[in-house]
Amino acid sequence: MAAALIGEAPPRTRKRRRWLPWLLLRLGGVVFVLWAVATVTFFAIRLIPGDPAEAILGGPGSQTSAAALAQVRAAYGLDQPLFLQYLHYLGRLVVGDLGRSYALHDSVIGVIAQNLGGTLLLAVVSLIAASLIALALAAWSTRGGRAAASIGSLLEVVAAAVPHFWLAISLILLFSSFLGWLPPVSVPGPLGLVLPVLTLALPLSGFLGQVMRESMLDAMASPFVLSARARGESESEVFWLHALRHAAIPAIGLAGWAFGTLISGAVVVETIFARPGLGRSLLSAVQQRDVPLVIGVVIGVALAYMLVTTLTDLADRIVDPRLREDAR
Amino acid sequence: MRRFRPVEVFAIVVIALLVIAAVVPGALAPGDPLAIHPLESFRPPSFAHLFGTDESGRDIYTRIVHGTGASLLIGLTATAIGVGLALVFGLLAGLGPRWLDFGTTRFLEVLFAFPGLLLALLFIVIYGPGVVTSTIAVGLATAPGYARIIRSQVLVVRRAPYLEAATVLGRSRTSRIIHHLLPNVSGSLFVLVTLGIGQSIVWASSLSYLGLGAVPPAAEWGAMLSAGRTYITSFWWMTFFPGLFIVLSAVVATMLGRSLQQRLRSS
Repeated sequence: MAAALIGEAPPRTRKRRRWLPWLLLRLGGVVFVLWAVATVTFFAIRLIPGDPAEAILGGPGSQTSAAALAQVRAAYGLDQPLFLQYLHYLGRLVVGDLGRSYALHDSVIGVIAQNLGGTLLLAVVSLIAASLIALALAAWSTRGGRAAASIGSLLEVVAAAVPHFWLAISLILLFSSFLGWLPPVSVPGPLGLVLPVLTLALPLSGFLGQVMRESMLDAMASPFVLSARARGESESEVFWLHALRHAAIPAIGLAGWAFGTLISGAVVVETIFARPGLGRSLLSAVQQRDVPLVIGVVIGVALAYMLVTTLTDLADRIVDPRLREDAR
Repeated sequence: MRRFRPVEVFAIVVIALLVIAAVVPGALAPGDPLAIHPLESFRPPSFAHLFGTDESGRDIYTRIVHGTGASLLIGLTATAIGVGLALVFGLLAGLGPRWLDFGTTRFLEVLFAFPGLLLALLFIVIYGPGVVTSTIAVGLATAPGYARIIRSQVLVVRRAPYLEAATVLGRSRTSRIIHHLLPNVSGSLFVLVTLGIGQSIVWASSLSYLGLGAVPPAAEWGAMLSAGRTYITSFWWMTFFPGLFIVLSAVVATMLGRSLQQRLRSS
């Protein structure tokens, strides 16, 4: 849709003309990858041993009559040749129909829509919290805070080596069992969000902070900072006006990766804190082998992931003008 | 750079202890990891039971020590699968003709669209939960990331002057790959594997925690976590201590990988 909108506007400047092919190429790539993801999942799911009709009627071992099986096969289109099933599946996908969940007997889109809000809130708040912690640590340690530097590298090790579930358990033990400050499970309202958000944000802030710090140190040693100092700008002006902007570039580049860890983390965190959301639905779908729901969530996440990476590339080009000059 | 820093000494000591626990668990914990004492169930940590006992009165310290071998094996196997697959893809893309590089890179891009544990979960849906499938799943899910790194390494080394020299000297393609390219990629590969073991242990244990990996009553860290899941708020030691050992192994693997990386870069 975005491509069509931009396509209508006549290219006025030379810069504009370079944007269009870049964006079209990227969107073409997104469509290709989505098609490939859908195809891979469709055929991978066919590798599952057992009859899907049986799974719909309550899993293997349940007493099902041949007539009921035939009825289900006809209803879900399972009696058609594989290639036709594939075409139907692609056709429905284009209009956003992801089929019906085996276990919940509801449309997959409906289940996703119902659970998306909780996960999105969790992810966005965690991302903001992580960025703020990372920025504070990076700014503090760049300006000579040795304590901040060690907290930062400690958090980085936490990020690389501490599983979300263990961090969650430790936080529950500390803040609800021993201190009694916060509820152990996620109650509605902002108080219930604190521990889940901390679980997701702490590891993320470790990585982000380290990367931001390196980029800010590089910026502080670069010629444009020297010239700013020569112009007589104060040390804090140099820092807040020039170096800070450079912390944003690598952080934006990590957004795709951050999205991945947030989604994986949401599966664990929502399960531990008993929060309704996409992660918990995905886990129960995996446990119950609810194939359409798993496919639906996987394709949805893939789409979101690619949109995030495309947007970050776009943001990179906006924040960092150097990338625009040598565009293909 | 010959001297060891304190962090490295710590990492090496912990790894040595973990290896001893994996090879001769009886030396560190003489008890039976599967012995049931119904009257001693859910005991908190004490001198008699260092890390407490579980729902059947089994000593958690003994179970952790005896589970080291299986847990580390899962991490190592998953890493081997991931790096092995990545090596095939990375070398194909880095050394093959342009169309092969293009095809492999697009394929990896498709795999990248399944972020984090998603690829592993998809694999488990198809083949069902269990130790073997979750180990393969973790290997598969980590492979695309490694493959991208290996490909870029190969591309860098391929353009190096010494390879050009070997070509001019008339060395065959296979000889160039075996004698010049692989040794120069292997350093960073070693770092990648060390860092990867930590990640694999963490991911495999996350899957076990969710009940998709190793199953109780096996004395394996992930399985112990899965068993303690229902008792988190009342009997915290059942999940805390096995988790602590997962964290410890992942931390020392990461530390070792980082210091190897630094040494490689400075030499």
